[in-house]
Amino acid sequence: MLKLPIYLDNNATTQMDPRVLEAMTPYFLEHFGNAASRNHPFGWEAEEAVDYAREQVAKLIGADPKEIIFTSGATEADNLGIKGVYEMYAGKGNHIITATTEHKAVLDTCKHIEKIGGEVTYLQVNAEGLIDLAELEAAIKPTTILIAIMYANNEIGTIMPIKEISAIARKHGVLVFTDGTQAVGKIPVDVNNDGIDLMAFTGHKMYGPKGVGALYVRRKNPRVKVTAQMDGGGHERGMRSGTLNVPGIVGFGKACELCMLDMEADTKRISKLRDKLETALLLLEEAYVNGSREHRLPHVANISFKHVEGEGLLMGFNKNIALSSGSACTSASLEPSYVLKALGLGDDLAHSSLRFGLGRFTTEEQIDYTVKAISETVIKLREMSPLWEMYKEGIDLSTIEWAAH
Amino acid sequence: MSYSEKVIDHYQNPKNVGTLDKAKSNVGTGLVGAPECGDVMRLQIEVDHSTGMITDAKFKTFGCGSAIASSSLATEWLKGKSVDEALTIDNMDIVEELNLPPVKIHCSVLAEDAIKAAINDYRQKNGMEQIKFEESVVH
Repeated sequence: MLKLPIYLDNNATTQMDPRVLEAMTPYFLEHFGNAASRNHPFGWEAEEAVDYAREQVAKLIGADPKEIIFTSGATEADNLGIKGVYEMYAGKGNHIITATTEHKAVLDTCKHIEKIGGEVTYLQVNAEGLIDLAELEAAIKPTTILIAIMYANNEIGTIMPIKEISAIARKHGVLVFTDGTQAVGKIPVDVNNDGIDLMAFTGHKMYGPKGVGALYVRRKNPRVKVTAQMDGGGHERGMRSGTLNVPGIVGFGKACELCMLDMEADTKRISKLRDKLETALLLLEEAYVNGSREHRLPHVANISFKHVEGEGLLMGFNKNIALSSGSACTSASLEPSYVLKALGLGDDLAHSSLRFGLGRFTTEEQIDYTVKAISETVIKLREMSPLWEMYKEGIDLSTIEWAAH
Repeated sequence: MSYSEKVIDHYQNPKNVGTLDKAKSNVGTGLVGAPECGDVMRLQIEVDHSTGMITDAKFKTFGCGSAIASSSLATEWLKGKSVDEALTIDNMDIVEELNLPPVKIHCSVLAEDAIKAAINDYRQKNGMEQIKFEESVVH
């Protein structure tokens, strides 16, 4: 029996794997010690558990355990990585290069840096969501200290050419920070192979707990340092003070280990389901995939259904299917997704999009149900859409003078 | 955000979805909103010339559930009213009836604008002067 509601919003967060919870449980009740308590077994147990988790996390991204700084999540790691480099390397320069499709945690951090005297270049992306490497290289100046480009986009799943980006950065002696939130645990990410100097990622996007993440900080070739953004006990090699979230870290470690073990099988199964979903939905007229289909996370699909509004569309099935829309009709600004707009999509298409994020627990039965429910709703709402009627009559909607409001 | 039951009901069972022949002299059509803003409403009324009564009303809307519900409700209210009575429909009546939250008030404003635009279209077609409405504040 199909159990409703169906969860297809795995880019927002994932269901925790029961194996992760099992690993965490003892660290709430029995082994509750503070990992910084050096004088008794409670502290020793906690420290040992953190050390083990640090190894699990490091292994997933090909790093050394000493290069992992535990944080409260990816947003904190984004802030620490970017602001920390900006402060630490102030003597070298004040220029950062990023892209317009980054997550708000990166964009707003860059905005903050501009306010305190830094300079930021925001690279545009093409219709697939990819930056132009020649444009990136041309943007580098003597004052450039950091390139901050995400590994994969949270809305469209487009994977950036991180290896090529870091090769350019190396050539110019610039550090590379990447927001790996959506990519780590889903596709192979190797900090050495990819030439990454700093990377933010988090537990809850990979079937681990919320409230725990990490910043990878390279220790060799080159040795990278970040200025701490919180003052306190000097935990995490002085880069992130605060008592360690031991159960969370244990869970994060376990989640990383499972992702490593299951990645190949998960990817194979999930991408097959994603392709099935996408193929079936593209059978609808005027349905388009947003972002690159070639350079894309295996579990993501972002599809626009022209002449149907995203929020109205969601309402047709959101009791039974959890999805997210690129339309923001609930906000006062009524601005659709800035990521979709950056691809060059018109506001009408951006307003008509749905984001599908499949995951480890997605089943074929769920996909079949979803295809049916969405197709029916799209057809029903198009019957109700004046734009669809005009389109069918062959009226070019761009020639209509819409009432200004 | 959760929708009120009335919004859900109109969304699931919209009243008076359809198209009237806009070429007819007794049909007034109002098309308001813009695709860029995420909502477009088309509201049509059919008027009995002799009595001035609205005998039929139809809508089609591109937009969120509240926009669909606002226009569906508007067509319900229009039928059986005289054109003059229709002019008294206020967007806040729609807000109240559908329990729209503040972020969705613009949907009701759009419905009121669509009613006025349809009436003006009807008046223009029949040689009557267009009514000047105060600029409504939308979005």
